[in-house]
Amino acid sequence: MLEARVAKRLGTLDLAFELSVGKETLVVAGPNGAGKSSMLRLLLGSIRPDNGRIALDGRTLYAERIDVPPEERHIGYVPQDYALFPHLDGIGNVAFGLAHLPRRERRAHAAAWLERLAASHLAHRRIDALSGGERQRLALARALAREPRALLLDEPFASLDPSARRELRANLRTSLQQWRLPALIVSHDPQDAMLADRVAVVEGGRIVQQGTPEELRRAPASPFVAAFHQRPPID
Amino acid sequence: MSRRAWNLVQIGATALLVTFLLLPVAALALTLGWRDFLAGIRHPLLAPALRLSLTTSSSSLMLVVVLGSLVAWWVARHRGPLARAIETVTQLPAVIPPAVAGVGLLLAFGRRGLVGAFLAREGYGLAFTTPAVVLAEAFVSAPFFIQAAIAAFRRVDENLLIVARTLGATPFRTFVRVALPLSAPTLIAGAAMSWARSLGEFGATLLFAGNLTGRTQTLPLAVYTAMETDLRAAQALALIMVVVAFAVLLVLRRMAREALGA
Repeated sequence: MLEARVAKRLGTLDLAFELSVGKETLVVAGPNGAGKSSMLRLLLGSIRPDNGRIALDGRTLYAERIDVPPEERHIGYVPQDYALFPHLDGIGNVAFGLAHLPRRERRAHAAAWLERLAASHLAHRRIDALSGGERQRLALARALAREPRALLLDEPFASLDPSARRELRANLRTSLQQWRLPALIVSHDPQDAMLADRVAVVEGGRIVQQGTPEELRRAPASPFVAAFHQRPPID
Repeated sequence: MSRRAWNLVQIGATALLVTFLLLPVAALALTLGWRDFLAGIRHPLLAPALRLSLTTSSSSLMLVVVLGSLVAWWVARHRGPLARAIETVTQLPAVIPPAVAGVGLLLAFGRRGLVGAFLAREGYGLAFTTPAVVLAEAFVSAPFFIQAAIAAFRRVDENLLIVARTLGATPFRTFVRVALPLSAPTLIAGAAMSWARSLGEFGATLLFAGNLTGRTQTLPLAVYTAMETDLRAAQALALIMVVVAFAVLLVLRRMAREALGA
């Protein structure tokens, strides 16, 4: 269970939100500049809140006198462009997060996670030679190999072409149901609502509405929420 | 200006400048007979000066690279007046004339200098010693490396650093395992420039460390000294310096290329 109640002023954006994610997938939707990515960074610990509290499975990550650094939060993160390390190959990227294991186990563990994500063939490939879909798989394998207690994904499909998007979205949905961990997916694409157990709509730094996709469709609280569900499928 | 004339102007300017830059180097080699060159190699000033130049310039390079990388990383990761001020300070030696730097170093670390007086009371004399040569070289060459390092570190994608942290890497490990390898080609290029500046250092060394054979007389100072008595020997020394500098530059460039390919 990932719980947060956080306030942070970032330039002109006044970010304040409260959320609680159990073993489910929350899609955080909203227009560009609404503060979605900053929400993720606050949860990860790369931006420090002005005040509030963040807890994961009952352990406080942030509070008045507590600020657990990102490397000790056990939150997996897949940023928008996947941020794979260009100086490492596929398996090197996955093994990067396994420094706590003895050297010999590191590779084996990384290889096992590549296999689980059907990415074994990427183990010795250079990152700059990979397609968007392959990169996404590697980034997921890298984040999951550490067995995080929560997973944050920032626009996981934004850099993919529409056909790859549809396939990977279906894959990710199956995987998320399998892993059963609190997952937060930031998106501006209405299609990503299909991944969601719940959707939180962010506008101007606030969550303006939260609920199941069905609830939001029935009673949209703002024009953006309505549009989010009305927009015809692109692919 | 017509297209043809514009092309001619560019070709002319290139030819003129390239000739001007190459001519002195070529003259060093072309106006020296084999016999004179061999005599130059055996010149008593050469061996100690070459040894001293290589040891002091590599010491200064180590000092500059280790401390400079840390400073550059901090400056690249921070915004605000303090970071800007530190960046300016690190660039200062690049615009100070070397002779002025030498006087400054003497007034700071000399026997009666700001820090030197204290050191002298404790029994440490710095001026006119080999460490003084290293300090003079580090002083004048630091900006070349630090500037390259700051630029390289600023180009490292913020997302990579954040991801590294979420993958369990401490800030130190993130620096060593992500920022350093990604910046390696630029860091090596900066190190090469810095080292070349160190090797050529003359003014600050002469004023702060003196010109003592075997202790503070580096290759440029040996060239200067030989020049007073024997132009041929000076020329041979100078030529050897060009060869050494060129060899090290080639090695460093290859390292940079390999780092880029890795």
